[in-house]
Amino acid sequence: MPLATIPVSAYETFFELNTGFIADHTDRHCVNYFGYPVDKMIMLICCIADDTTREIYVSGCLVQPDTKLKSFTSKLLCFEKFEREIHENFKIDYIDHPWLKPVRYAGNRSDKSKNIASYPFFAIESEELHEVGVGPIHAGIIEPGHFRFICNGEQILHLEIQLGYQHRGIEQLFIEKKTMLQRITLAESITGDTVVGHASAFSYLWESLCGFEAPHDIHFSRLLALELERIAIHTGDLSAVCTDIAYQLGSSVYGRLRTPIINFMQEWGGNRLAKGFVRPGRNQFPFTPELAKRLNEVFDAFEPDFDEMSDEISKLPSVLSRLERTGVVSMDDTLAIGAVGMSARMGGLNRDIRTSHPYGIYPELHHQPIIKHHGDVYSRVQIRKQEVKQSMKYLRQLIHEIPLHIAPDTRLENPKPDSFTLSLVEGWRGEICHCAITDAKGELVLYKIKDPSFHNWLALALAVRNNEISDFPVCNKSFNLSYCGHDL
Amino acid sequence: MFENIKILFHQGKQFIPNVTTVEVPGIFRGRPVISMVKVDESALRDLCPTNAITLQPVSIDLGKCTFCGECARAFPDKVMFTKDYKLSTNERDRLIIHEGEDKAVEVNPETVRKEIHRVFGRSLKLRQVSAAGDNSCEWELNAANNVQFDMGRFGIEFVASPRHADGIVITGPISENMAVPLQICYDAVPDPKIIVLVGTDAISGGIFAGSPALDRSFLDKYPVDLYIPGYPAHPLTIINGLLDLTRKLSRK
Repeated sequence: MPLATIPVSAYETFFELNTGFIADHTDRHCVNYFGYPVDKMIMLICCIADDTTREIYVSGCLVQPDTKLKSFTSKLLCFEKFEREIHENFKIDYIDHPWLKPVRYAGNRSDKSKNIASYPFFAIESEELHEVGVGPIHAGIIEPGHFRFICNGEQILHLEIQLGYQHRGIEQLFIEKKTMLQRITLAESITGDTVVGHASAFSYLWESLCGFEAPHDIHFSRLLALELERIAIHTGDLSAVCTDIAYQLGSSVYGRLRTPIINFMQEWGGNRLAKGFVRPGRNQFPFTPELAKRLNEVFDAFEPDFDEMSDEISKLPSVLSRLERTGVVSMDDTLAIGAVGMSARMGGLNRDIRTSHPYGIYPELHHQPIIKHHGDVYSRVQIRKQEVKQSMKYLRQLIHEIPLHIAPDTRLENPKPDSFTLSLVEGWRGEICHCAITDAKGELVLYKIKDPSFHNWLALALAVRNNEISDFPVCNKSFNLSYCGHDL
Repeated sequence: MFENIKILFHQGKQFIPNVTTVEVPGIFRGRPVISMVKVDESALRDLCPTNAITLQPVSIDLGKCTFCGECARAFPDKVMFTKDYKLSTNERDRLIIHEGEDKAVEVNPETVRKEIHRVFGRSLKLRQVSAAGDNSCEWELNAANNVQFDMGRFGIEFVASPRHADGIVITGPISENMAVPLQICYDAVPDPKIIVLVGTDAISGGIFAGSPALDRSFLDKYPVDLYIPGYPAHPLTIINGLLDLTRKLSRK
């Protein structure tokens, strides 16, 4: 949409408007809130999605840098990290923010005098309690981040998660790199476990910006790849959960079941993690009847083994005792922090872009999200098990009718000038939101990425409270949030 | 108990018997071959998102290549990606593929440090450091340890503490914020130790090269023992690379 159509108001009105949108509306949440420099001022843009009316309310506010403002967070916790980010990048001082700490020590932060080693952790002055610091480098082959626990004996009272180690300056690179191919390569690298999710979000955004309407076969391929990614990662995460409760059989079986799915992705597109697969304006790897036959074979072999293993873990007392009532996030907390995707659905919140803001051929699927109510590790395990089955059902149904490959003109028009564009995609973690703003010449002036992890890390911090510290790994793996998607 | 045994039985044999000769299914973009056909070379060079293609002679630097296949798509007569997944080497120059060449990328036994085969030939324990890696190479390193690829059978394993390790494996372009933790981790590994870079991002910075949020000075200080290219590196590329490095006997 044209940039000029975004209503810009004074901060007082902006504040009342956006907090008013969300307060007392469980079906609304903030999908993105950010600032960018306009002349010597800072333009704040807030995007609130309404799941019922399927609308997105976008509003703006022009403020001075270095200014003092009252925070949205004091009223609604879900704005907590967005405001910290605005504070870190533009020095805007929120007078009543409960913890105005740096988010990621970004390369473009306003205060370069502090670095990541000087993060101000919460500290305790008690003889009985002790602190445990973990990371940034962890024991396994995973990404870096620092966890600071405050414990009473074996019990966790508080967890503070400090991220930023993975910061690569991606949003800045989107503006500096000028070719579409460079930008899609960047989008694929936002997080390497959600390649299809982020690459689709970028592609839909770019196509919209260039006034290109994707034909059916492009939607079809992207949907297939996105659901395959969901199946693969959920299966892999089930394996990781089993590893963390020392259930070797589950770990090995789910671990090996992931391989045929990602190998199918390679048969189709040449890369196990679907890099180089999604491209704006074209369908590089049309789906064929031979591939449909192969996919059915892969699923036929996968499903009985998957079901057998899933039945077993829901029967074994030694497994259940580690998963049930571990790492609980209450529904109130889930709502308050504005959790999205799987992390919202495990706590009874019906939040899924595939139903609330469906795109492409999702409306035809009439997707019904899988919702659990306990908010514990077992809920998250159940969601993963059932979403794997559900996605498989969708794919089996879809590949009956393969759309004809229409080779569209690969030459996209130039992006429209003075525009604001937003795209939403439901990746396996949850909603991915990309926003872009162009200037009078149609050049990008802002590219803003929000991975679902940006909302959901706080859910992990709340989940582990009052749990044994030894249950932290299984809680962490049941969410499996992205470090680089958060740090960008 | 019986249920568990039944499940175990149903799995059959999952491991890949020979990880050095097995063929990768479907299409795979491995080692490229560049023909001598004349094409619009500057268009070919400008196409590459990471500037991996250089001219005179036309060459592709696997340390910068993201294996997106765009060059092969636009110039199918000029560039072709083969299914050869053995891409690892100990010399940076060997990652550059020139036009008219079709030879394997290998470790040069002449330049491998002498102690590597003697000390690590039978057992190699590695500490992995993700320095702003995007979690794709990390996934593939994990996959190299799963029941199918089973790198553990060669005595190559990942360990939790740098104190237990014989070297570090770095993924990602090395962000400024990870530069210090990486250095601390490396210093904690006892000598003799090796450095392995996995993935395009680690080898050259990839698409992130030149970003002010990176600090790659660590790599200027120490020699790299093995480059494993890929975007992400395939588990077979990883395993074959490590085997090639540690098992190859010095000719002297």
